[in-house]
Amino acid sequence: MTATLEVRNVSKTFESDNGDRIQALAPANLGVKQGEFLSIIGPSGCGKSTLFNIIGGMIPPDSGEVIVNGVSVSGPHKDIGMVFQEESTFPWRTVLDNVAFSLEVAGMEKKERLEKARHFVELVGLTGFEHHFPHQLSGGMRQRTAIARTLASEPRILLMDEPFGALDEQTRLLLGDKLLKICDALKQTTMLITHNITEAVQLSDRVAVMSYRPGTIMRTIDIELPRPRDSELISTDKFAGYVGRIWEDLRMEADRGMKAAGEA
Amino acid sequence: MCMTHAEPHQKQRLAFALWGPRTASLLVLLFLGLILEVLVASGIADPSIVAAPSEMLMSLERLFTKDNLGAAFLITLAQALSATFLAMLIGLPLGWTLFRYEVLGRAYRGWLAAMFAAPLVLLYPLFLVIIGRNYGTTITMGVITGSIPVALYTCEALHKVSPTLLKVGAAFNLTARQTFTLIQVPAAVPDAFTGIRLGLIYSLVNIIGIEFLIDFGGLGRVVSTMFFRYDIPGMYAAIFFIILISLLFLTVLKKVERWLRPV
Ligand SMILES: Nc1ncnc2c1ncn2[C@@H]1O[C@H](COP(=O)(O)OP(=O)(O)OP(=O)(O)O)[C@@H](O)[C@H]1O
Ligand SMILES: [Mg+2]
Repeated sequence: MTATLEVRNVSKTFESDNGDRIQALAPANLGVKQGEFLSIIGPSGCGKSTLFNIIGGMIPPDSGEVIVNGVSVSGPHKDIGMVFQEESTFPWRTVLDNVAFSLEVAGMEKKERLEKARHFVELVGLTGFEHHFPHQLSGGMRQRTAIARTLASEPRILLMDEPFGALDEQTRLLLGDKLLKICDALKQTTMLITHNITEAVQLSDRVAVMSYRPGTIMRTIDIELPRPRDSELISTDKFAGYVGRIWEDLRMEADRGMKAAGEA
Repeated sequence: MCMTHAEPHQKQRLAFALWGPRTASLLVLLFLGLILEVLVASGIADPSIVAAPSEMLMSLERLFTKDNLGAAFLITLAQALSATFLAMLIGLPLGWTLFRYEVLGRAYRGWLAAMFAAPLVLLYPLFLVIIGRNYGTTITMGVITGSIPVALYTCEALHKVSPTLLKVGAAFNLTARQTFTLIQVPAAVPDAFTGIRLGLIYSLVNIIGIEFLIDFGGLGRVVSTMFFRYDIPGMYAAIFFIILISLLFLTVLKKVERWLRPV
């Protein structure tokens, strides 16, 4: 069974209350292959979350289409699992019950679903915190809870919007290692949105670079580093080479973003 | 070494932070009571208008043994609880309706907010005429005043549910009903409870007020009885007891609320 994702000519313009129009996405095109790990990187405000929300069926595009497994879809798709950029754990549920959420909705028996949830809690390294509530955890642990909750539904396509956005560099690298292990184990098709170049190179088979608003995919770069990988990779020359190339592409766009923000 | 030195010191500071304000407010109360005592004893304050605190405290016992203050408390409590229960039966669905149907919400939320601020206690003569001088009137007033904050806060709570949590529901392909029971309701509980807490306090206050006005029922009637008897210390003792009860209510409800909304 294949799990592929394709974005064809997707565009989106927002209209604010005072009538201002912001073109967040210019027609964007992108394909993710079965089992591939693709990162999308771009400056802040370039429309990454907009693209994420359109692919996940949270908001409709103005034009173009999202194609899952060769079929054009509108709205949420059962094969797609999403991890959001904002705080998204359920504060009234413990870690274990958060992770078991989709299983509970699917009507799985309690004993079975908790057992399965425990497995995913372990996978994201939260063993020992099963019965903690989100407010008793650090931001990174909450984000890992959200990731485990999505993984537990065993999506064939995993979308993540800056899941490590609010974390410090060390934690980010360590979680990156965890994520690498998880993806090696589960082999799902993955699309990760990030604004961190190191993270993108560390994790991906391919990195797509987005331009500043209106966002569009400028270029994709194949990352030909051996797998399995871990964070030790980042001290190699080859790694530095990729980071340098992506930064070159990004610098101009980030610059444009800064200037636009300055004028606003 | 440094840590072990600092710890007991910090504990002391913590203890002070916790007990300091309470002790301070208790001292102020004691001090004010003392001044009042001196004013009454020296004849500066007229004892037929103001009761000496000592006398007031002493009549508290009399109120319990002779005037059934305990039973009066239970009568008022039962009314307030049933009024709040009915207020929830009305307020929770009403709040949901105002949330669910945006036109209704926009049309009537302003009205509710205005009623929330209005002295509804003034409506009591109307119910006195319609229902009569009985528990029907006191409880009805409690229900009306109690259901307004319940409806307002429920509506607000549902509006405030994080859009990200709703997106999580959508991403997991939840039906509208599942989204409601599994996400909207639990997310709204803490804020809706604030409305229920206010509803309980409002109906308690209004019920006691009307008991006093129509000389009927529980605690308010005791105050009114003392008043008609010109038993000034007794009247102040009853009022003092009502304040204590209100404080107790407030503390318990705050505890429940804190438990529902862990930070
Ligand atoms: N619902 C909305 N209404 C109006 N404008 C919006 C809306 N959502 C996003 N925008 C605008 O669209 C642009 C792209 O937003 P988006 O959230 O997709 O950026 P992003 O690349 O995810 O940024 P970041 O890296 O900071 O998360 C921004 O200028 C934003 O202000
Ligand atoms: Mg974003």
